[in-house]
Amino acid sequence: MNGIHDIGGMDNIGPLEREEDEPVFHEDWERLIFADTIAMLGAGYFKTDEIRSTIEWMPPADYLNASYYEKWLYGLSALLVKKNVITEAEIDAGHSLGEGGMRLPPLPKEAAEFVMTNPVPASADVDVPPRFQVGDEILTRNINPTHHTRLPRYVRGKRGLIEKDYGVFPLPDAVAQGESDRAQHVYSVRFSARELWGDDASARDSLYIDLFDDYMDPL
Amino acid sequence: MTSEGHRTPLTDIQLRVKALQSVLAEKGLVDEETLDTVIDHYEHKVGPHVGAQIVARAWTDPEFKARLLEDGSAAVAEMGFAGLEGTHMEVKENTPEIHNLVVCTLCSCYPWSTLGLPPTWYKSTPYRARAVRDPRGLLREFGLDLPDDIEVRVWDSNAELRYMILPMRPEGTDGRSAEELAGLVDRDAMIGTAIVSPPSG
Repeated sequence: MNGIHDIGGMDNIGPLEREEDEPVFHEDWERLIFADTIAMLGAGYFKTDEIRSTIEWMPPADYLNASYYEKWLYGLSALLVKKNVITEAEIDAGHSLGEGGMRLPPLPKEAAEFVMTNPVPASADVDVPPRFQVGDEILTRNINPTHHTRLPRYVRGKRGLIEKDYGVFPLPDAVAQGESDRAQHVYSVRFSARELWGDDASARDSLYIDLFDDYMDPL
Repeated sequence: MTSEGHRTPLTDIQLRVKALQSVLAEKGLVDEETLDTVIDHYEHKVGPHVGAQIVARAWTDPEFKARLLEDGSAAVAEMGFAGLEGTHMEVKENTPEIHNLVVCTLCSCYPWSTLGLPPTWYKSTPYRARAVRDPRGLLREFGLDLPDDIEVRVWDSNAELRYMILPMRPEGTDGRSAEELAGLVDRDAMIGTAIVSPPSG
């Protein structure tokens, strides 16, 4: 979707502010919303692309004003309500009203430890032929889907070069719509800075981004 | 979904988190010990010191460095540092000719298992907006003024690959152990918004 999250290349977003010796979390509620989200993700209630997609539907003014973990709170709450795990009335009440239907075993401590400290492949273990080879010139599609996608606006309709084939991964566009079994090759694709930003950009510089088969056509 | 966004303005956030937490706990959807384990892991166990060990090893072990740049996932796993948001790893080497910089314009993807959770500035909209369009201007704000003859490569981590930069080893560090070298490497150098300074004194 052409949402506020797709912010690469925008101007006047505000100054870059950096905090010296920043703590990992600033507030207790940030710790909690982070851990809740990881625990519910690990238990299997949703995929990462579903929560990303939910956050992308925040009203744009709220998105720009929200801190990072405020976005997580919004995403987790809205997604759990959408999936009927809990209800809006329960959140308003601050306790269970016996509503909501979806139930999975909670993520045990040992399982959390495992996924945090062992390889957890996100790739798809299926044999899908690649549409492109390293060295191929491509043109990204000018698509404007109203659902979640990982093809940002700034890189649509641009000419690039396939640099590396990373293998097969679930297509985020499909995952966010509940179809986790559509998988395609993902490639590292190089674009010259001038192709993306015009002749004011440095002739030497380039941008690399990871693109699925569905995002491109051969040039 | 959109209507809900308008219905729940972002006010009184602590109350709202407390309310959500109570609902999840009463229903038995999350395990208290799991939450503590997750928080402790990201607050105390992983962080830039992990990535610094990878960098220092690459600086002192040419065969490991070759493996790291060829197959980052395998090399990071070999050191025992693979994990959630750090399984599919790509490591890019800064050289006298090429400077690499990492961003995630669409959200805030970051190699958690090697660098810990990202700093607020990395997740901020100004960083995400500017890193792809004006990396040189952005880097100047970080105190890094790159000459025109250096090529800048920006990596927008929009899929499941997580990117980490292998910075250049600073001058004057011959003979130092990997442990000593790791102490010189800070987070920003592994994102690409800084270089590693020579040791002082």
